[in-house]
Amino acid sequence: MRQQAAVAAKVFIQRDYTNGTVCQFQTKFPSELETRLDKQQFEETVRTLNNLYAEAEKLGSQSYIEGCLACLTAYTVFLCMETHYEKVLKKITKYIQEQNDKIYAPRGLLLTDPIERGLRVIEVTIFEDRSLTR
Amino acid sequence: MKKCEYQQIDPRALPTPTPTPTPTPPHHRGDDDGGGGGKSDELKRPRRKWEVFPGKNRFYCGGRIIVARQSGVLPLTLGLILVTSGLFFMFDCPFLVKHLTSCIPVVGGVLFVFVVITLLQTSFTDPGILPRATPDEAADIEKQIDNTGNASYRPPPRTKEVLINQQVVKLKYCFTCKMFRPPRTSHCSLCDNCVERFDHHCPWVGNCVGKRNYRFFYTFIVSLSFLTAFIFGCVTTHLALRAQGGKGLVFALQESPGSAVELVICFFSVWSILGLSGFHTYLVASNLTTNEDIKGSWSGKSGEDVTNPYSHKNIFINCCYVLCGPLPPSLIDRRGFLPADESAQTSGADIEVPTVATKSEINVCTQGTKGLLESASLPPLLSTSCPQGKPQTAHTCPDNNSPAVNSDPSPELSMSCGARRAASPQGDGSPSHHTKTRWKKSKRAALHVPNPAFDVPVSPTSPDAASFAPSQ
Repeated sequence: MRQQAAVAAKVFIQRDYTNGTVCQFQTKFPSELETRLDKQQFEETVRTLNNLYAEAEKLGSQSYIEGCLACLTAYTVFLCMETHYEKVLKKITKYIQEQNDKIYAPRGLLLTDPIERGLRVIEVTIFEDRSLTR
Repeated sequence: MKKCEYQQIDPRALPTPTPTPTPTPPHHRGDDDGGGGGKSDELKRPRRKWEVFPGKNRFYCGGRIIVARQSGVLPLTLGLILVTSGLFFMFDCPFLVKHLTSCIPVVGGVLFVFVVITLLQTSFTDPGILPRATPDEAADIEKQIDNTGNASYRPPPRTKEVLINQQVVKLKYCFTCKMFRPPRTSHCSLCDNCVERFDHHCPWVGNCVGKRNYRFFYTFIVSLSFLTAFIFGCVTTHLALRAQGGKGLVFALQESPGSAVELVICFFSVWSILGLSGFHTYLVASNLTTNEDIKGSWSGKSGEDVTNPYSHKNIFINCCYVLCGPLPPSLIDRRGFLPADESAQTSGADIEVPTVATKSEINVCTQGTKGLLESASLPPLLSTSCPQGKPQTAHTCPDNNSPAVNSDPSPELSMSCGARRAASPQGDGSPSHHTKTRWKKSKRAALHVPNPAFDVPVSPTSPDAASFAPSQ
């Protein structure tokens, strides 16, 4: 599906480092989106993403078992196994796609998966309303 | 140097990612603007991201192999390990199996395999390189920064303060990568990349040690300590057994000359490697990086009451977290394809050829903003080749100097460095900058599904589910 709309602006949701190096994004609602999107909706999306990233980096029994097993095998197990982190990243990609289809695309917005921006930002592309085609 | 100043990105002139393909030069040329020639190539053949990777790296085998511009001491490290272990298995093991136990070569073999595998993993794994900011992002940050009213000709170092677990942490703006570095991230001047949880740049291993390969590095030095100590012990036993009955050490050495070589290598290296392992065990237990330890970030030197905000306050948890915690995948996607109309996604030009970069410095600088925005290849060129890059590096020097600390001394050559390390693990503030850059290779690249061509955000749907960066 080729998007014919022109990009009006891009908003970048930056990382929130108050909890350390864990991947979290700021939930502050950007003013540029005020006309297009509900504040609650936006915060819900970012909060869910933050929870998913927290789940990926969680220090749980699963990650420890994975880590210890990897250590015992001189980390060669990483060559054949998908880590928990990667599995959650796939979940996140799916979630973002869903959100785009259901909520953002109808409003002329597009969320870019943060992994494509090196987990630096959530890029929200704002398209011009008039030329939106599907 | 003053002639070429940091160039402001003009957000009004940013190219929007509309369906017009913006040509980026496939090979770096003397003329920065010369991008037209590559256009037809681009339209025909989808390019991979490694071809436009802006760091100081070279790529072979279609992006599967990533090396630094100059080869380094890694072959020496590997060679010494192989030679010492080879001599051990050839000269000492037969004698010791006959006179003692056959477990010796088994234990030696396991340790040797561990050492080699972890060494190769440390060298060939992406340490946690952060991809550079896209021009749009950079413009957004610049705009925000300059809104605070900074109008001086030479902008001061830009910092942002955040509160992490009740500690004030300063985030520095990286002029090369055009982003505020996350906490614990540092820009390595040797590799010209920002690396997450930067520990140091290790010349012996030929790579930076960062978030993604620290555990491999730690396992490497610990298993190397065991291997070195084990070989040293076995060789000593071997020679002692041979010298029994009044025959003397000289006789024993004559009978087994290989053992003499091993003895020398192991004797001089075991202290430094043991010291290094001890030092890194301390770092792991307190969840510190070499960089932070050397700079004294959390030791309260400034007189304030500072504690490490990243520590879990429990040695066991710290160890588990650093060594067995979740391993994030690589954020740079070497084998992924560039979208056909890619302009702003990845920082454009390949900077393999330093001479050409020098030639074009003046071009780039005088073109300024306009030149920067005309093609996506300019941003990294501007920041890396331009003399302004040097003051930028100077800004970030306190970070960069410590990364180059020589940390993993291999046998024999390591005495001076290793002794320093063993003697004063915390006090070694003199970074031994090895100008030789190292190479790292990712053997995982071939094993994972490369990122299929994803659409730029122009398309209404975000890139499909399969298109996340492959783990490296």
